[in-house]
Amino acid sequence: MSSIEERVKKIVAEQLGVKEEDVKPEASFVEDLGADSLDTVELVMALEEEFETEIPDEEAEKITTVQLAIDYINQNLG
Amino acid sequence: MSRRRVVITGMGTVSPLGNTLEDTWSALLAGTSGVVPIDSFDVSAFSTRFAATVKNFNPEPHVAQKEARKMDMFLQFGLSAGVQAVEDSGLEVTDSNAPRIGACIGSGMGGIAAIENNAMLIAEKGPRRVSPFFVPGAIINMVSGNLSIKYGMKGPNLSTTTACTTGTHAIGLGMRTIQYGDADVMVCGGAEMVTTPVGLGGFCAARALSTRNDDPQHASRPWDKDRDGFVLGEGAGVLVLEEYEHAKARGAKIYGELSGFGMSGDAHHMTSPPEDGAGAALSMANALKDAGLEPSAIQYINAHGTSTPLGDKAEIAAVRSVFDGSLDNISVSSTKSMTGHLLGAAGAIEAIFSVMSLRDQVAPPTINLDNVDESCAGINLVPHKAQEMKIDAVLSNSFGFGGTNGSLIFQRI
Repeated sequence: MSSIEERVKKIVAEQLGVKEEDVKPEASFVEDLGADSLDTVELVMALEEEFETEIPDEEAEKITTVQLAIDYINQNLG
Repeated sequence: MSRRRVVITGMGTVSPLGNTLEDTWSALLAGTSGVVPIDSFDVSAFSTRFAATVKNFNPEPHVAQKEARKMDMFLQFGLSAGVQAVEDSGLEVTDSNAPRIGACIGSGMGGIAAIENNAMLIAEKGPRRVSPFFVPGAIINMVSGNLSIKYGMKGPNLSTTTACTTGTHAIGLGMRTIQYGDADVMVCGGAEMVTTPVGLGGFCAARALSTRNDDPQHASRPWDKDRDGFVLGEGAGVLVLEEYEHAKARGAKIYGELSGFGMSGDAHHMTSPPEDGAGAALSMANALKDAGLEPSAIQYINAHGTSTPLGDKAEIAAVRSVFDGSLDNISVSSTKSMTGHLLGAAGAIEAIFSVMSLRDQVAPPTINLDNVDESCAGINLVPHKAQEMKIDAVLSNSFGFGGTNGSLIFQRI
């Protein structure tokens, strides 16, 4: 089974149509990976689907980088 | 002040006969059927199990995969055709001309597949699973919207939705927009993709479709005695309409002139035309009047001709009433015998075929016309094979559910 980090990176790459090697931990979805506001909503939905969880909207708004997504999943599913 | 003239400077299509204009046109002149069994979902319980589908479609290079993923297939077809049309026209959208360039591309039903898929998601997993791209990826005006975003076209951004007359009305309204002076260029047409369980199921239930499941390629047979309904098609057609002086000034290739547009309503029945085709006749007569032409000026009619028992007969009755006296010099064919019925895109691809018939001086055939209905006696329906002929003016018809009619006239320039 892949690590949480690998699974998050794979989803980000798929959802935003970018290469997996560009999905660095510090990368911002909007500024570095070209996402718009709708892309980020869909990205959070994909994370919820992958990790079988529900991320409240107020938490989702704070997840703006790859590392923040990894941290959120680790903290809430660890 | 004389009326601003409108010409066609670019065309693009994604159709059951090919994913480019040239592929589609050569298959059409060869009398090829685009009808195949449906294999995209389980059709075993449906009364009709075939359609004229688009084959081997790849949205790239016209639409990036990342963008395409957010769009219902009708949008992808429409954008691909739109980009092909703009590229064909050689038009460059610049800061100075952008406010004078617009779009008017419609769809009869829009993103039915997206609606179905998201309805299933809600039923299975709840409302939180609805995609944020569902609405912008499904609504009808988004071919025009996405095309304007791609090219920076800042002129009028419109869409029509008048069932099977959508494409024809989009082109006609684009023409009026240019004539009135609101734009110099309008990118116009239609896009459709309803080969889905709900789309197919709906037309099956309306008893509109042929059920010739044992012989799909012969199912679309306009004016043949054994016709039993239309064949569902899918795809898109887009034309670049341009004010004549504007086109000349930039040295554009000019395919022909869009000189007439007529409309009417049947005021009769939700899905059937009146037997005498009075609404269709009024639409054609209005288009002739708009173009300032006598009926005898038309050599070829690209008919609506869907292969339904009532509709085909009514259209011929209408042609007889309008073209009484010049029927010997007129040819009428239905390209739906090959493409199936593209609903909201039908008028657009048929406008393209009409323009191509002017360019190449050839009328595409009506295939599968083995036993002509008695009502058509004495009219050349271009059976089986394309016919070379002198064509100076073409009329293209579309008629839709709700009794909405439209006719366009194209002329050589």
